[in-house]
Amino acid sequence: MSDALARTRSLGSLITATRGRGRLHWTDIFTYVYLALGVLLMFGPVVWLVLSSFKTPAGLVEFPPTFLPLGQIEVQVEGHDKPLPLFRATLEDGTVRDLAQVRRIGIVSQMVDPNDVSQTYSIPINDREPVREFRLATENYTDPLERFNFLTYLRNSVIVTVIATLITLLINSMAAYGLAIYEFRGRNAIMLLVIGTLMIPITVILVPVYLVVTELGMVNSLWAVILPGAATPTGVFLLRQYMLTIPKDLIEAARMDKASEWAIYWKVVLPLALPAIAVLAIFSIMWRWNDFLWPLIVLNRSEVYTLQVGLNAFQGELDVQWHYILAMTVVTLIPVVLVFAFLQKFITTGIASSGMK
Amino acid sequence: MAEPDRETTAWGDKFKGVAALPVQALFRVLEGPLMALQRVVGIRAMPYVFLLPNLAFFGIFVVIPLFINFAFSLTGGTQVFLSDRVYVGTEQYSFLLDCENFVDPVTCREDRFWKGIFNTATFIFFQVTFLVLFSLVTALILNRKIRARGFFRSVFFFPVLLSPVVVALIWKWILLRDGLLNAFLVSIGLDKILFFVSPEWSMFWAIFVSIWAHMGFYTLILLAGLQAIPPDLYEAAEMDGTATERIFWRITLPLLWPNLLVVVVLALIKGVQIFDEVFVLTGGGPGTATQFIVQYIYNTGFTEQVQNFGLAAAASVVLGVVLFVLTLTQLAATRRRDNV
Repeated sequence: MSDALARTRSLGSLITATRGRGRLHWTDIFTYVYLALGVLLMFGPVVWLVLSSFKTPAGLVEFPPTFLPLGQIEVQVEGHDKPLPLFRATLEDGTVRDLAQVRRIGIVSQMVDPNDVSQTYSIPINDREPVREFRLATENYTDPLERFNFLTYLRNSVIVTVIATLITLLINSMAAYGLAIYEFRGRNAIMLLVIGTLMIPITVILVPVYLVVTELGMVNSLWAVILPGAATPTGVFLLRQYMLTIPKDLIEAARMDKASEWAIYWKVVLPLALPAIAVLAIFSIMWRWNDFLWPLIVLNRSEVYTLQVGLNAFQGELDVQWHYILAMTVVTLIPVVLVFAFLQKFITTGIASSGMK
Repeated sequence: MAEPDRETTAWGDKFKGVAALPVQALFRVLEGPLMALQRVVGIRAMPYVFLLPNLAFFGIFVVIPLFINFAFSLTGGTQVFLSDRVYVGTEQYSFLLDCENFVDPVTCREDRFWKGIFNTATFIFFQVTFLVLFSLVTALILNRKIRARGFFRSVFFFPVLLSPVVVALIWKWILLRDGLLNAFLVSIGLDKILFFVSPEWSMFWAIFVSIWAHMGFYTLILLAGLQAIPPDLYEAAEMDGTATERIFWRITLPLLWPNLLVVVVLALIKGVQIFDEVFVLTGGGPGTATQFIVQYIYNTGFTEQVQNFGLAAAASVVLGVVLFVLTLTQLAATRRRDNV
């Protein structure tokens, strides 16, 4: 993070950078404008989401919206048990004063001076403005934990992501090892099969996979989400290409030492292939955490929903509770942002070198 | 895979240290049985042992379903299990493909399917065009000698990692009737626009949002392609005093062309399958204005009162054929790029 900060600080010096010919070419100006607009357009929506997620329901329906989340100041007034909301009221004689509202009757508000309880006023509600301060409505984050199945969704998403990634890593690395290290009959046919399955995205076989999952009795269980995508052809391909670069002598030497094939796989080859496995792990976590269409089909009961399906169900309700949805969206986004912040290099080199995502 | 860079290896070391402990335990537990197995079946059978789990998954969840899909598309009724279903021959296909006039979806018997195809075609045309265009411009700009390149690269890249649901909700929140964008429109003296009530605006935002979300991925591929162009070519051109525009048309574009081709085909493959973010953003609406092929399959097979698996399977086969052709094109394009 500090790295990113240092980079933003050097933004200022960006203005002075030219292509080295001393004068600004039109492409230089275009570059700056494009980058500035880019930052605004790419970051802006996310910043707006985070700011909005801290607003109260009242703050969210306000139009035009305020930039920062605000909350009305409440004051403790003598003679009243509960704190009273503070307003800036314009009196009949034109003076402006900060008053606390005792109660509201129709279009008239009964108000009291918080510093002098004996002073009471009746003020038309149009002549008063709430006094507000910057305040984060953290209840948007804490309420869903208790009131909805949000924790269940979160737990389901974590379970799916972790177990599916472990299974994927295990079986994909085994298959990649088999394909990279040995020469055996049928190897080319199997490689062709692996490449062939690359061409069959889940969107093409939704119905029959649903049938298989039903036949296995897995509908509405997390296994229905975990298992179908576990054998990723991209993963096998990526790991195999990497394992091909491991010197054969190492494996021969291990065989001389009477190591079993399984031992060679996990003690010699796997440690050497860790960089590629790490890339696959990150991809798998992303795929699983963000997966939507397939879970939407096989999970029909609220208690097995993953975060993505749960979020979609919330936003599809008739009475959309945006203050909760925005907060839950932020929570859903956090793991991704963390992964991105720490492992950005991996992801970008992984994509650039394998052309997949 | 390229050679691992130093950072990658360093992180791998850390991973080895901490996260791998339970995994190592698992491997150790498996070692005994697998050693015994090797003694029984012999070393020559071991590759098959290693391949078995993965191939079993492929078989159960990809290969067998692929065949079942064909079988499903030849049957009717609402039963899930194939043995309970009635064989109807090519009826589903003729139902899907029965049109008086193929350029007008309303004249088709299954007009929703054709509306889906037309919508998808419209979507792909604009989405792929502008996606590739913006990715190219962004890659060109990021490839210049700018400060804080890493920062700007991540600015354009990070939406790639966001889930489609999150992306859709972020934008839906901005585009609502009382959302940020309408507040802006009002502040400059315009009227509010109900974006999700207008078919044109819904399609526009479906395209816009999916470009926003995926641009970083294609930018990255193009950037890698740009950085692979030998710098001496540019140096030579600079010495000759060649104009910037000419350098672009004569050096950059021709050498980037293979990458550009790969990007176009990849974008097409993803575009044909568009579903998630648009489904959450517009729900396919208003009406069927943003309903795409995958949503047609999803609705037909899974959300209608009468789950018409046969029809959904037939539509999947049609989609599959389109994707198959596109993927072959992609493989050809990739091969051409890597051989150049």
